[in-house]
Amino acid sequence: MNLISEPAALERAAPRLMRAEPLLRMTDISKRYGDVRALRGVDAVVYPGEVMGIVGESGSGKSTLLRMMNLEDTPDSGDYTLRLPGRENENLFDLTRYERRMLCARHIGIVYQNPHLGLLMKHSSSGNVAERLLIAGERSFEILRSKAREALDASEFPLDRMDARPIELSGGMQQRVQLAKAIALEPALLLLDEPTTGLDVSVQALVLDTLKRLQRDRRITMVLVSHDLGVIRTMADRVMVMRHGEVVEQGLADQVFQDPQHPYTQQLVHAKL
Amino acid sequence: MSLATLTKDWAATSYGFLDASAKRELRRKMLKAIAVPGCQMPYASREVPMARGWGTGGLQVTLTLVNPNSVVKVIDQGADDGVNAASIRRFISRVSGASETWDTLEATIVQSRHRVPEEIMRENQVLVLQVPNPEPLRGVEPNISIARQMHADADYGKLWLTLYEQIVRKGRIMQGAAYPSMVNGRHVMTPSPIPRWDVPKLNMSKHLTILSAGREKRLYAVPPYTRVEPLVFSDRPYLVEDHAALTCRRSGVSGFFMNELPQDGGGSVFEVSDSNLGIKAIDCADGAPDAIGDTWYRNGEFSA
Repeated sequence: MNLISEPAALERAAPRLMRAEPLLRMTDISKRYGDVRALRGVDAVVYPGEVMGIVGESGSGKSTLLRMMNLEDTPDSGDYTLRLPGRENENLFDLTRYERRMLCARHIGIVYQNPHLGLLMKHSSSGNVAERLLIAGERSFEILRSKAREALDASEFPLDRMDARPIELSGGMQQRVQLAKAIALEPALLLLDEPTTGLDVSVQALVLDTLKRLQRDRRITMVLVSHDLGVIRTMADRVMVMRHGEVVEQGLADQVFQDPQHPYTQQLVHAKL
Repeated sequence: MSLATLTKDWAATSYGFLDASAKRELRRKMLKAIAVPGCQMPYASREVPMARGWGTGGLQVTLTLVNPNSVVKVIDQGADDGVNAASIRRFISRVSGASETWDTLEATIVQSRHRVPEEIMRENQVLVLQVPNPEPLRGVEPNISIARQMHADADYGKLWLTLYEQIVRKGRIMQGAAYPSMVNGRHVMTPSPIPRWDVPKLNMSKHLTILSAGREKRLYAVPPYTRVEPLVFSDRPYLVEDHAALTCRRSGVSGFFMNELPQDGGGSVFEVSDSNLGIKAIDCADGAPDAIGDTWYRNGEFSA
C-alpha cells in the first residue's frame, strides 16, 4: 500500500500552511524601553490554521512581541496587519483605543501565564467567559449562558463548577477558564503566553492535550510563546527563535529542532537534550 | 485711592449663601453635564452649613439655580416633613427669598433624596437629586482613574457581568436601588438611590434632572427628552417593585410606590411614599377639586 499516493497524505506532506495568504503579518517591529532595545526590526508571519511557536530566553522580547500582537502595547516603528474581513490592509497600531479594544475582544483571544491577568477572580467562571460576549454586544441571558457553557465544555472544564469563582479553582482549571474565555467568540487568532508554565507536569500534559484537540477540531491559528522546548515541540508547526530582541532563526519545527543552524539555537536544543 | 474704595460693601453673606465664583463654577459644570448627558463632571464642592453626605451636593445645585421667584420643594424619601427636608427647604428660602411648597405641581425646583415625585413634572421644573455615590462602576472597579477610562471606552462589560451573576446566583436581578442606566445610549449613570420604580420616570422626561454628589464632588445631568434605559438582558424584562396592588392605609390610594410599616403581629401595612400625593388624595376625598395632577403610574402601570 502506497500511502504517499493518497491525496490526504499528500496534503499533509506538503507545507500546506505556507501556501495560504498569511493571517498575521508584522513587519519591522522595533521597541525601546529606555536604554533597553526590546525588539529590533522583528518580522513575523503567521498562516491561517497553524501553530507558531516562539522560543527564547527571558528578556529576548518574545512576550513583548506577543503583547503587541494583542495590541496591548505599540512599537516605536513597524506595521501589523491581520487578514480580517474589512481590515485587510489596515495597520492595527493606527487604530483608536476603542477600535483596538473591540477588535481584540472579537478577533483575538489570549491566555496568560498568570491567570490573575486574564481573569476576574471575584466573578464566576461562566461570568468570565460571558464578559467577552457582553463586550461584543450579546444581550440575551440565555444565549450568554449557553455560549459560556459551550466554551467551557470545549476547553474541558468540569461544568458542575462553572459558577465557581476562579480563585477557588486549581491552576490547571484557571488556565481552562482563560482558554474558554479566549475561544468563546471563535477568535481568528489565539495567543498563548506560557500557558502551561507553573503547572505540574501531568496537568501540563492535560492542558496541552486540550489545546491540541481544540487546534485539530477548530483549526484556530495559535501563537504560542514558551521557554519550554518540549511544549513547543509537541504543539508548534513552525518555530521562531528569538534572542536579544531579534529573530535568530525560524522555520518548520522539525527542521529547526533537528538541524539547528544558528549557534544559539544549537545551544538551546542541546541544553534541552 | 485706598483698597476700600475698590471693594464691595461688606455684607453678611452673598445671595443664595454660595459666593459668586462658586455659583459660576457650578453653572459651568451644570452646562457641561447637560451637554454630555450622564457624564460625571467634577466640581469643587463648597462648604455649606450641613455635614457632607446629607445632601450638600443637591443643596449647592439648588442654591445656584434658585432666585426670588423660585418655588422650592424638598423631599426626603418621598416626605416633605422630614427633619432634613424641612431644614433644607427653610434654609434655601431664608438665603434666597424663594417661596416654599409641598406641592410638586407648584414647585419650580424639586430637591429630592431617594424619590422622584409620582406626579409628572413639566418642562419648567428642575429635579435635583442628592447622590451619595455617583460612580456606577465603583462596585466593579474601585480605582477611579480606571473607572473614568472605562467610561471613556464605554466599557460596561463588568456592570453587565454583575447583573448576569445576580441572575445566575439568585434567579433574578437583585439590584434594588441605584439601578445602572444608560443615558442617551452612551454613558451609564447611577440614578442616585432612587428605587427601580422611579427609573422609567427619567426616560424622555419633560423636566431637567441634575444629580449631584457633594461628598464625591461630581455632578451629572439628564436633560429633558433624553433616553434613560436601565441595563437589562433582552430576555429578562426590567421589573419595578411589586407595589402595584398595594393600597395606602391612610389615603386609600393604590398603584404607587409604598413605604412598608412592619406591625407587631408580624404583618405589615403600607403608606404611600410620596407623602404629598397622600395628602392630596385625602383632600380630594374631602371635596377639594382637581388636586392631583397627572401621574407617571396609573393603576400601578407605567403609562407616561
